[in-house]
Parts: sequence; C-alpha cells; structure tokens
Amino acid sequence: MQLLLESLFNGVAIGSVLLMAALGLAIVFGLMGVINLAHGELIMLGAYTTYVVQLIFKLPALQPVYNAYVLVALPLAFIVSGVVGILLERTVIRRLYGNPLETLLATWGVSLILQQFVRSVPLAHAAGLILALVLGFGLPLLLPSSLLAGPRARLVRAGSWAISALGGVLLAGGLASQITRIARATSRNVDVTAPKWMRGGIEFIDITFPVPRLVIIVITIVAVVGVTWFLNKSVWGMRIRAVTQNRSMSDCLGIPTDTVDVLTFGIGSGLAGVAGVAVSLLGSVGPNVGGSYIVGCFMVVVLGGVGNLLGTVLASFAIGMLTDLIGAGRLLTIWPDMPAPLAGAVNFFATTSMAQVMVFALIVVFLQFRPAGLFPQKGRMVEA
Amino acid sequence: MTNLLEIQGLNTFYGESHILRDVDLSVKSGEMVCLIGRNGVGKTTLLKSLIGLLRPRSGSMAFDGAQLERQPPHQRARAGIGYVPQGREIIPQLTVEENLLLGMEALPGGLARHRHIDPFVYELFPILQEFLPRKGGDLSGGQQQQLAIARALLGKPKLLLLDEPTEGIQPNIVQDIEAAVRRIIADTGIGVLLVEQHLHFVRQAERYYAMQRGGIVASGSTSELSQAVVDQFLSV
Repeated sequence: MQLLLESLFNGVAIGSVLLMAALGLAIVFGLMGVINLAHGELIMLGAYTTYVVQLIFKLPALQPVYNAYVLVALPLAFIVSGVVGILLERTVIRRLYGNPLETLLATWGVSLILQQFVRSVPLAHAAGLILALVLGFGLPLLLPSSLLAGPRARLVRAGSWAISALGGVLLAGGLASQITRIARATSRNVDVTAPKWMRGGIEFIDITFPVPRLVIIVITIVAVVGVTWFLNKSVWGMRIRAVTQNRSMSDCLGIPTDTVDVLTFGIGSGLAGVAGVAVSLLGSVGPNVGGSYIVGCFMVVVLGGVGNLLGTVLASFAIGMLTDLIGAGRLLTIWPDMPAPLAGAVNFFATTSMAQVMVFALIVVFLQFRPAGLFPQKGRMVEA
Repeated sequence: MTNLLEIQGLNTFYGESHILRDVDLSVKSGEMVCLIGRNGVGKTTLLKSLIGLLRPRSGSMAFDGAQLERQPPHQRARAGIGYVPQGREIIPQLTVEENLLLGMEALPGGLARHRHIDPFVYELFPILQEFLPRKGGDLSGGQQQQLAIARALLGKPKLLLLDEPTEGIQPNIVQDIEAAVRRIIADTGIGVLLVEQHLHFVRQAERYYAMQRGGIVASGSTSELSQAVVDQFLSV
C-alpha cells in the first residue's frame, strides 16, 4: 500500500512537471501546428523571472512579504514568456506558417539567441527590456480606439513606445543599482531558494511528501483546468478552435485570424513561463535549462496525440509513472527474488538518465504501432 | 436604385494562369442574381475574390457604397458579406450550436455580445435544432449545407454569396434550401449572388450572368433564359 502510494506520488510529481512544461506546447504545436523549438527557452525565461522576482523581494522594502514571492512570480512569468512569445510570433513565425521545416530551423535559431541573451545581458537590463515590450504592446490596448484611429495615430503610437522605453530604462537602472547580483551578465547557473513554507515535507501515513512537489502538482492542476475552461467555454477559446480547424472559413465568418494567432501563441508561451516557475523550484536555473525539457515536451505531445489536451495529460502522467517505476528500480522491490539476469537489467536502468533512455525507447516502440499517439483525431476532418 | 454590389473589369489570377477576365457584374438589394456556366469557368473564383480569399490583380469592386480594396475576409464579413462556400466548410469538431454561434462573429461586437441564436434559422431548417449538440462534421452533406446557410444568415449579411448550394444533395433538401433562400430575400431584402447548376433553382433568380472561360458572355433576365443558353451553359 505504502509502496503503491509513494510510487504513485512520485509518478504524478514527475508527470506534472512534464505536463506543465508540455501544456503550452500542446497549444502551440498541437493546435496551431507550429514546431517551436524555442519553447524550452521560454520555460527558461520563466525560471529566470522567478529568480529576479525572488531577488526583488529580498530588498528591505519587500522583505516582510518575502514568502509570497512565488505567487507574484507566477503571473509575471506568464506575462514575460507570453510577451516574448508574441514578439516571436509577430516577427518570425508569422511569415513561416505552412512551412514546418523553416519554422523548425528559425525557432531553433531563436532558442540559441535566447540562450546567449541570458548569458551576455545583465538580468536587470533584460527585465527593463521586457518591461518596455510589455508596456509597448499593452499600452495601445488600454488607450481608447478613437485616439489610435485618429489623425495623430502615429504620434500616439510613437509616444506610447517612448513611454514604454523610458519605463524599461528606469527599471533596468533601478534594479542594477539596488541588486548587485543581476547588475552584471553571468553565464553561471543561479539558484532560486524556496520560501520557508515551501521547504520540507508533509508526513502522511509514513510517507514524506515534499512541499515543492505538491505546489507544482497544484499549479499544474490549476493550469490544466484553466486552459480546458478557456478553450471550451470562453468566446476566444471557440474562436481558437474554429481557426485551428478551418482557417480560411473562420476568416470568412468574421473571426480576426491574426488576433487569434497572436493570442494562441501568447497563451502557449505564457504557460511555458509558468512551467519555468515550477522548474526553478526543482533545481538550479541556467541558460541550458530549456534544452533539457524540450525533447520531453515534444514526446508528451506526440504520444498523447497532437491536438488533444486529454491525451497530453494522460501521456505525461504515463511517462512520469514509467520513469519512476524504472528509475527507482521498483520492479525489484515488488518482486525481490527475480532471476539474476533480469535483476541485473532492472538495476542497470535504475538511474534517472537510464530510465529516460528506457522510456524513450518504449515510446518509440509504441509509436510504431500507434503512429498518431494515444488519441488520434477522428472523423471527417482528418481528410480535410 | 443603386447597386449593392458593383464589379467592374475584374481580373484574377491563380499564379500565372488568368482565371477571371474583365468581369462586370452587379447585384441590387432584394435581388437574386444567378451565375451559370460549366465547371472550371471561374464562378467560384469570382466568389472567392469577392469575399477576399483571392486577391484580384485589377478591377474594382464596390460593396454597399464603399470600395473593397485589400480588406481580409473577416473585415468583409463584418461589412456584411455572407459566404456559403462550395463544400460547406463546416468547422468539423465544433457542435452545430457552436457553428451557428460563430456565424454571429460578423455582427458588430462579435460573439462576445451575441450569445443567443435567433430562432428564425430553426424555422427555416428545423433539423438544426434537433442536432444542436452534435459535431458539425458528423452531419450529412445536406444537413451541413443547411447549417452553412443558417450560419451565414445569423451574421445578418447584406449580400449572401451561395456557391452551388444544391450540389450533391438529395432533392427534398434542395427544395427546402430553395424555399429558404426565397423566403430570406422576401423577408430581409438582402441581395443574393448564387452559383447554381439546377435549372429549377436558376429560374427562381431575377437575372442571370453566364460565364465562359473567365468572362461574362451573356446576361439578362431569367424569364428570357432561352433553351439555347441553358444547353450551352448548364451541364444538366
């Protein structure tokens, strides 16, 4: 019983990190069909956002509420990664719709740029730049449309960008002068320390459940429920589904497809940022942190069946459980006196990295039999 | 009375091949105009140029007193052009209800302001009300056609473009569709531009344009539609 529970918990914990990381990709790749290799770097940006937020909360003024920094980091990471994602869509991916190979190459290039960006730009300046982008994109949405369509539209737009740039410079300068650790560029990994309430674990029938893992599971559940609600019940969700299924007809019905693309991509990227917060709670954050998640993300989405959210959820938990089962050598615990050669094989795969090898091998075998994943798309639309 | 739609000298290309050649055409409000011609003469291309899926190389299109320049399809839909394409183009994984709701995207404010489906579409096509929770892609061809027309009507268009609405559909549904289109014109006074092969349906229209090799070669009132023209331009 205890063994079952522990292994279930570990599986769910590993699975929910995977799911959180893959959720955004399930939207960007699954719904829009965009192969975004920079998704891992959007996760990394979310993780760095958490780091910067944590340092800001260490300032004397915010010290009393330090323990709440994770709650602030979550929406901020969503916005940071979302805005970078939107910028990426507007400048690069938009021109490459329908050309998957070119998209793949271009986004890979972007991922390299982003990795080098966090190495060679001080985080304080990066924060300022991102604030400027957020304001630059966000201000026109707040202004009345009469001002934007009026005779001085160009002036208004230029003015809002100027204000945004000023805000960015001020933030960059302020952060650099107050927090010396992010005033200079560094390519070393940094560590996010969990707030006090997230350290340790909760004892329950002789098993310790580490609190960070529990927090990640909760974040994942909230994110999945939120995304499901958004896609199925909200007006924009219906528009997104319509555009992904029949772009030109949706356009003819009056759906602004450009806006839908930007929104879909922004949400997918923002979810990567939230995943970054989760990732930062598990280990140190570095420029390469995204690379270690991207393969797993694509695996989850493909295994679940492209374009199927439920499939993504089940696939990530299946991979999580399998990783735990193999990686912790649980077969040996269940069946202690198995024949020696078999025991040797189980032991051989009982490390984290070898377990991953084994899981990927199993996925490859599975996809030989079900190339469209667990839940392939059915019905008349497939031929369209 | 001024024309709702006025096309002059329209030329459209697919890549290098010249499809539409100097097309002139007009539609008034409350009028049904039928476009006839054999397969591949450019009827669908003309409708696609009107809704904005294709960009003409030259010529002018005036709709409701304003020039259609380079607006994308969704802006033209919001300006009042309803489009029922050949092959229906129902959004397959959305329910019938959601498909109908999407028709109201063309109204000012879009879906966010309009969440109530006007029941007149159930009067026109009672079958839709029965199938509201079904997936659009699971309906039969005739039902999808009714759904596509209902969806376009919910956007309260001023001009309805119908591309072969009776193609491959069983005769009793063809009659329903004909009756529905006539009733819409009588009730709302919108203009309809119809591409059609069924002679019976063609005769319902006030005027016809006959196309051949991308150009308009004959036009006039359908009451004067002679047997020679029918034999030449309709494949039935």
